[in-house]
Amino acid sequence: MQLLNASGCLDALTAPDVASSLDAFVTKTVTPEPREGNTPVRIAETDFGMLNAIGLANPGRDVFVRDVLPRLCDALDVPIWVSVGGFTAREYAETCEQLARDEVACVELNLSCPNVDEAPESAAEIVRACRDVTAKPLYAKVSPHSWDMGETVRAIEAAGADGLSLVNTLRGTTLDARLRPTLSRGTGGYSGPALRPVALAAVLAARRATSLPIVGMGGVETGRHALELIACGATHIALGTVLFADPDAPTRVRTELAAEIKSLGSGSAEDVFGVALDAVASEVNSATR
Amino acid sequence: MSRPRRERRSVVAVEAIGAYVLVRVTRGSLDPGIPGQFFMLEAPGRVLPRPMSLCLAPRGELAFLLDPIGPGTRALAALEPNDRLHVFGPLGNGFRLDVERPLLVGGGIGIAPLPYLAEALEQPPAVLGFRSEHHAEAAALLPGADVVIDPVLVTDAMPGGRDVLACGPEPMLEAVRAIAPDAQLAWEAPMACGYGACYGCVVEIDGELKRLCVEGPVLCSS
Repeated sequence: MQLLNASGCLDALTAPDVASSLDAFVTKTVTPEPREGNTPVRIAETDFGMLNAIGLANPGRDVFVRDVLPRLCDALDVPIWVSVGGFTAREYAETCEQLARDEVACVELNLSCPNVDEAPESAAEIVRACRDVTAKPLYAKVSPHSWDMGETVRAIEAAGADGLSLVNTLRGTTLDARLRPTLSRGTGGYSGPALRPVALAAVLAARRATSLPIVGMGGVETGRHALELIACGATHIALGTVLFADPDAPTRVRTELAAEIKSLGSGSAEDVFGVALDAVASEVNSATR
Repeated sequence: MSRPRRERRSVVAVEAIGAYVLVRVTRGSLDPGIPGQFFMLEAPGRVLPRPMSLCLAPRGELAFLLDPIGPGTRALAALEPNDRLHVFGPLGNGFRLDVERPLLVGGGIGIAPLPYLAEALEQPPAVLGFRSEHHAEAAALLPGADVVIDPVLVTDAMPGGRDVLACGPEPMLEAVRAIAPDAQLAWEAPMACGYGACYGCVVEIDGELKRLCVEGPVLCSS
């Protein structure tokens, strides 16, 4: 089990200590061209989570490879995963070609940013185009909006993905006192505690469809939350919104998770892996009988 | 510059000052930092902490002035002595203190960083503006300050030829900048993290969107 950050929830150059407390650091999404991102207001808290509409602010892939990546290597001892975004399958693939460098441990394809207009190609087409040009491990970050997670995941696997990142944020809106959307973009990605049950269900559904590694994420704040994702079939865990409130969360969650596993009388995360899946399967079977 | 730390601190007292609330917590090993720097305060029951500039640094304590107008600030205002909360800081860039003839200018809850700043600058003159007599009771935190109440504006009362250090609502800061182009201004933006992670607090600086928590909150206007 590895502990990562959710893409876009940590800047390793301003907080290298936090990034180094993870098992791997995932960059903000890199797009072909530089993007300034959405105009403020970009974030809003809700009762059970937060909305963000950052809009993939990033310096573009040329500057990323030339300037940011070397600085990340200097600042960090942990492997670097690069999150890749684009508007066509070809754009994703071209960025993957540029990332064929030793410093890049893994590429995570952001197929599901709720804050930009999405690529018209399907997730599987994008994965296929990237698979054709890169030997790097390819993880596909999938939207929780998918109506049939199993079908989506099978198509992504068939296209050559090495793993899945589940889930990205849900699209949401919040209104201010004058009944206007708080965020300038109107909608944003909804994350935090409210996303937890959504993430559990998505990981559970994905795990039924594939044996690929899954980075489970969505509202994880404690070791118990991480444990539940593992029980649903996550092989790795990523922290997102909790990093905003608690930069010490990686160390804390790791300690809490070890204590949770021990209290169950288990030796390691592997012993807990997928146990929720087995329980659901057997209940379904007995109901059918 | 001192290194930010995150510690679980205890509430010493929560005191009403006019319309505002002063939350005093034990200092622990936290460094009070430079005036104008801020701390992220855990708001009980809320998902995100709230950025608050340090108002006062009494011995063994840190004190934050807040305006209880939203769910986070109301949760902070409802804290009671001995309640515990996480405090993370000091964060961001504070005021430059190498000024010859300082004048502090504050508007509303924007007076929050000025008492600690006044202490560092040996009680320079100050002009404070408030929207009501009730809000203006907070001027007690800066003895000797000139106080104006809406519709009179701080810019009506600012003497010229001074090195201005200001904090307040955006229209006030824009007006101050118009008459004091070299002023150091402390800005405000919604923040999720306070340490450069979320990119939520961007403001336009030199024609680019930059993170206020990293580049600011105090910016030189010229």
